[in-house]
Amino acid sequence: MSTQVQLEIFEGPLDLLLHLIKKNEVSITDIPIAAITEQYLATLEVMQSLNLDLAGEFLVMAATLIHIKSRMLLPAGDGTTEEDDDDGEDPREELVRRLLEYQRFKDAAEKLGQREILARDVFIRSGTPVEDVPVPNLREVSVFELLNALKRVLERLPKENVHEITLDKITVREKMTFLLDTLRARSKVLFDALFAEVKTRMEVVVTFLAMLELVKARAIRIFQDELGGPIQIEAAAGMDEASILPVISTGEEDHGT
Amino acid sequence: MEREEVKSIIDSLLFVADGPVTLQRFQEVIEGSNKDEIRSALVELQKELENGPRGVRLVEVAGGYQMRTAKGNAEWVKKFLGGRPARMGRATLETLAIIAYRQPITKAEIEAIRGVDVDGVISTLLERELVRAVARKDVPGRPFLYGTTQQFLELFNLKDLTQLPTLKEMDEITLPEIPGETIPIENTEEC
Repeated sequence: MSTQVQLEIFEGPLDLLLHLIKKNEVSITDIPIAAITEQYLATLEVMQSLNLDLAGEFLVMAATLIHIKSRMLLPAGDGTTEEDDDDGEDPREELVRRLLEYQRFKDAAEKLGQREILARDVFIRSGTPVEDVPVPNLREVSVFELLNALKRVLERLPKENVHEITLDKITVREKMTFLLDTLRARSKVLFDALFAEVKTRMEVVVTFLAMLELVKARAIRIFQDELGGPIQIEAAAGMDEASILPVISTGEEDHGT
Repeated sequence: MEREEVKSIIDSLLFVADGPVTLQRFQEVIEGSNKDEIRSALVELQKELENGPRGVRLVEVAGGYQMRTAKGNAEWVKKFLGGRPARMGRATLETLAIIAYRQPITKAEIEAIRGVDVDGVISTLLERELVRAVARKDVPGRPFLYGTTQQFLELFNLKDLTQLPTLKEMDEITLPEIPGETIPIENTEEC
């Protein structure tokens, strides 16, 4: 692929349509549906080929466009269609209304963004929250490092083939509670220490899942001091607080669902 | 109480306040003063800061008064505070604009306007306390109705909601020029 692909970020199908309408210098109230539909679909193809996560809404709009296009082909006032038979009303009308309404708020959003925004343009005394203050000397752990750490834990388990006939006694939920309790007692826990007492594969996996659930709920954070260094787990504050306060270990278990 | 004295006290109060101070609050603290005195002292202070070689401004925001740094000094203040500056993504701004103008509004109604799912944006906005659920709509499912908060006004330097510019009428809408620059492809979920 030698061609330079330049693709704007579209906030959604309406945004993309407005872009195409503008690019083609056509009137929003008289959209050449066939041409615009074609370009719309072509853009979707590019997005797909780039493995961009295409929101379902883009596809719904594609269907809507094709539908409008087909209705445009029908003679006006032909009462043969079972649905959408609305006395020769322009099939584009509803779409035009939505586009105009969206453009209206796009304009409003732009104006809002030009205001003197706190913590961007103007600041207040002390504690103006500045986003994402980096925690010194800590780096986030990648999924691969986590999986490697998990692999090491699993390898450490006793090799003797103890038959695990214990039923599913430990649940992810219990482990989540356990992990949060541990973190409340000590603000930081080493990844390895977490698995020190764990004896079975099942428990390792459940503990690991519990940890991931808590990360997802933003209740804990996983860090290491340096690449390959020991992986540490700490309680995270709520998102906002987390960005201004270094370490907080308030009960965050409410998030742990 | 002397006029200059009132002004001086207000100056001090504004300095220590951790949020916008209402006229009412000034009056409670500065005994024997009336609202007119306080208001004119505030206006004077505002002018002095505006016209003098000062790096702070007195702004009327979210129903009160607050000292804020001068916009022209933003670069230095940011450097001093460190960290990455607050960003306002388009998804955030659009959703906020819709809520601000159409409140109280449900998530489904916002999605109908934006044409995309706003789950993630809404939860971030709720987390940042820029919007809040104000009620439930009396329709099946009883969905939450969202509205903007004091923090929203503070963030955008707005005195109150009436300060929002009026929305364009439908027939005034023209499509803006397409910006020449293109944005690198990345996740647009930011705020």
